[in-house]
Amino acid sequence: MARVLMKGTEAIAEAAVRAGCRFFAGYPITPQNEIPEYMSRRMPEVGGVFVQGESEVASVNMAFGACCGGERAMTSSASTGISLKSEGISYSAAARVPLVYVNVQRGGPGIGTIQPSQMDYLQATKASGNGGFRMIVFAPATVQEAVDMTYRAFELADRDRNPVLVLSDGVVGTMMEPVELPPMKTEEELAAIKESKKEWAGIGHPIGKRSWIEPGTWDTDRWEKANQWNASLYETWTSEYTTYLLEDAQIVIAAYGISARIAKSAIDDLRAEGVKIGMIRPQIINPYPYEAYDEINYDVCKMILDVEMANPALHVVDVEKAVKDRCPIRTCLRSGGNVMQKKNILDAVKEILKEQGA
Amino acid sequence: MEKIYGRTKFICEDQVSGFCPGCMHSTIGKLIGEVCEELDIIERTFLITGVGCCGLHMEYVVCDNVTAPHGRACAVGTGLKRVNPNSVYISYQGDGDLASIGLAETMHAANRGENFTVIFVNNGIYGMTGGQMAPTTLVGMKATTAPKGRDPKEHGYPMHMCEILSQLTAPYYLERTSCNTPANVMKTKKAIKKAIQNQLDGKGFSMVEIVTSCPTNWGMDALSALDFLEEKMLAEYPLGVYRDRSKEEV
Repeated sequence: MARVLMKGTEAIAEAAVRAGCRFFAGYPITPQNEIPEYMSRRMPEVGGVFVQGESEVASVNMAFGACCGGERAMTSSASTGISLKSEGISYSAAARVPLVYVNVQRGGPGIGTIQPSQMDYLQATKASGNGGFRMIVFAPATVQEAVDMTYRAFELADRDRNPVLVLSDGVVGTMMEPVELPPMKTEEELAAIKESKKEWAGIGHPIGKRSWIEPGTWDTDRWEKANQWNASLYETWTSEYTTYLLEDAQIVIAAYGISARIAKSAIDDLRAEGVKIGMIRPQIINPYPYEAYDEINYDVCKMILDVEMANPALHVVDVEKAVKDRCPIRTCLRSGGNVMQKKNILDAVKEILKEQGA
Repeated sequence: MEKIYGRTKFICEDQVSGFCPGCMHSTIGKLIGEVCEELDIIERTFLITGVGCCGLHMEYVVCDNVTAPHGRACAVGTGLKRVNPNSVYISYQGDGDLASIGLAETMHAANRGENFTVIFVNNGIYGMTGGQMAPTTLVGMKATTAPKGRDPKEHGYPMHMCEILSQLTAPYYLERTSCNTPANVMKTKKAIKKAIQNQLDGKGFSMVEIVTSCPTNWGMDALSALDFLEEKMLAEYPLGVYRDRSKEEV
């Protein structure tokens, strides 16, 4: 298929449409405004519905409603707006509603900055709302990955009847890259998807066969069983990651999303100078690929460098859990909406090399 | 012998109402059920219950149901109805749900003219959480969070949702009724039927506000609560039709 040049946010929106998303509700917030804008044009073309909600809270609940109705639906926002959506996300996890949503991260906490950051890592992976639920969380490093992950997000959300998050950032969201778009779901495929949800979707049912979409109950035993069922669902998930030049690496960078992409070009520069450095890049950050860190040769590796656009370091929490004291860990951080520079990583690595007396 | 009246099949046969004595939720649930049965729409109806006592209905109805996040029934209803225009969506919300935490969702769904039916139960108090002040609590009326009574200097005045929504252009039908007398129960049923028929006809946003009592949290017996409703609540919340676009159509 021919490649097209697209902006990250618009490519995400088009991928959602091609995955069969036929309802989108959103509220303006930078840097994700092109998603609702694109959807407002695109949805009518494919017989879908676009609603500009009166708030993030309303938007996520509209998307929750559309998912309850058996439609593939999505909402999107950025950081502080995602906090407002946490109500609907938690409800989706509670009621087993397959909501897909996108966070194009900006600086935080609070309103922070409109520029890119990775400050929502812990919110995305550990607690995207009340009640201890979990979701599969994708972390794209390129526009192509953002497209592919958004497309898959709908499949996984429907498979598990659980929300799925695509955790992007203001760099991937706003840059333009050539992408290969996935195939458009046919009307027949969409009808089959909707048909497969007919039993539980809120469309009306014969007496005795009601659909009860239940985000809570009075019955503690029933809810404990629901908690147990969810916990066992989470156990079935596997993570995904890539490694880069890991085998002989004396320094291993741990990074996800856009930071990993910037780190890769730093690694290429350093390798050209003879520095043995490699990288682990989680593509799914929940569940986290802890097992990836078992691939490191700890006889050779003397330092892990966590590279992320967050301060305090957040991703490092999972890196520490994965490394299990087999090697010291250091961080290279930018934040506030300032994008990680290759030079920051080169400087951090050179500092490590100096200490190691190389 | 011919059976001329029975329990609506909208209400589960094996359930016993958990509503307090003198509460009108069960009456309203019955009316919605009778209307859905008469219109033969039970099997395509989905009830979006608000949080609080409203949510108890989820246990009693035979139709599809979701309990929306607190206040969000009109947003959830927007999503549901837009993707399934042939199904019937009824949101059932209390005063805290619709007029306080969900005010924005209510106003904007009404302003967009969303084609679903809202049943708004106004008893001037938070029921399930135990008698806290509602946006519709009367001036001077005591609540567990306004122990000296609602004081306009501190708490502002009761909010009149039919009047507020009637300032918008889009809503199709807004009526306030009560269930304090048999005549008013029949009027309420008629209003509910009209609000649902409007949805079936694709007319847009219809809301029936029903002024009710909450003897438990008003601290009264059921009969005294009826007197209070008649004397105080209905003085603050006049019954009547606040918007009926069908009257403007030729």
